Amino acid sequence: MRRDIKVLICRELSLLGHYRALWSQPLVFFVMVVSLFHFSIGVAPETILRMAPAAIWVTALLSVLLSLERIFQADFDDGSLEQMVLLPQSFTMILWVKLFVHWLAVGLPLALMAPLYAYLVQLPAASGWALFLSLLLGTPILVFLGSLIAALTIGLRRSSVLTGLLALPLYVPALIFGSQTVSAAAYGLPIAGYLALLAALLIPTVTLAPSAAAAIIRMMLD
Amino acid sequence: MLNHRLFAVENVYRWCGRWLPWLLALSILSLLLGLVWGLYIAPADYRQSEAYRIIYMHVPAAWASMFLYLVMAGSGMVALIWRIKLAEMISMECAPVGAAMTALALLTGMLWGKPMWGAYWVWDARLTSELILLFLYIGVMALNTAIPDPRKAARAAAVLAIIGIVNIPIIHYSVVWWNTLHQGPTVTRFGAPAAHVSILLPLLWMAAVFKLTCFVSIMARVRNTILLRYRQTQWLQKNA
Repeated sequence: MRRDIKVLICRELSLLGHYRALWSQPLVFFVMVVSLFHFSIGVAPETILRMAPAAIWVTALLSVLLSLERIFQADFDDGSLEQMVLLPQSFTMILWVKLFVHWLAVGLPLALMAPLYAYLVQLPAASGWALFLSLLLGTPILVFLGSLIAALTIGLRRSSVLTGLLALPLYVPALIFGSQTVSAAAYGLPIAGYLALLAALLIPTVTLAPSAAAAIIRMMLD
Repeated sequence: MLNHRLFAVENVYRWCGRWLPWLLALSILSLLLGLVWGLYIAPADYRQSEAYRIIYMHVPAAWASMFLYLVMAGSGMVALIWRIKLAEMISMECAPVGAAMTALALLTGMLWGKPMWGAYWVWDARLTSELILLFLYIGVMALNTAIPDPRKAARAAAVLAIIGIVNIPIIHYSVVWWNTLHQGPTVTRFGAPAAHVSILLPLLWMAAVFKLTCFVSIMARVRNTILLRYRQTQWLQKNA
């Protein structure tokens, strides 16, 4: 079991090393869209204080959304996804590892960049922390919940708009609590409640989504 | 006798064909009766005068929009577990009807909101969650059309409907959890409803009529789907 997980993690990580665009492009996209927000909303400090949490959360959401298609695409194209379904090891566990590594590549860098961004636009230090923590708890929700949509649209060509259409309504709760965390911190209010709500969304998503995605992929492949 | 043959596609087609004209007539008549009752006979509200009467469209449409979502997800679950073709069709035909009801609820709410709140649209908890319901319906329809194999499409869209069901309690309790502009529950609250019986009765009548109309429309849509999908089969060419 432990050896299987190790092999799987090594496989996914070496694939990431091979397809660098998977994790580098969402990051570049994130930086570009966030700076677009600043071109359009201006640089007045009070506007930034009000808009930045929303802007950064929506942008993080879009970056994750753009990467969703790639979770299963390559494995579906070369047939290894079908082989994974047939393996004696639990398919749910394989998916959990896949999604976790996908989050390491796409979600974690977004969370790590957040304090830097907060420093650049001169948000209060507390907001930088809140941004980091909310994205740390929030991006796994986006990745794991989005994997269900990626599984449902598996094998469909040019499905990126469809993926957005299906995933965005499901992302609303995470977006609300995530951006409220940062707004609360910007005004010096306690954020523990919002973080607890995000964690309450995180735990069922991360535990249940892989088995749901496994069932969906089995259904879509037969 | 209630056995599985009753749900076979041939029998459903025949059964729908026989009952549809009667049910359609019944729903049109009761809709007219409900409109006359609500728009003329029911007394005017003492503060909003005549403008409140839009609730006879708004509230039944909003209730139907949530109810149809539950029917869509419920029959989707039946379709996924027992792989019943009829359940797949019912689940998928609920989506456009439910989307229409959601749009009607939003539209009538906007028309009422302009004179009463002074704005067509407010980012209020219930309005927003109802809008997300509309997006969910549109998503189900989009996924259903995107996958070429109709049975696989129906099953995939049913999964999406079941995932989206978490939104229903959020809509229903939004006015309780977040104290924003939309008023709290007046009918389905603990104790007696806060509306007078002369206003309440036509409202409940309209709610029942809306459900009937949705049922009739889903029946007609299922029948059309059967016609379209089985047009090559012998039994249909003989019966059509």
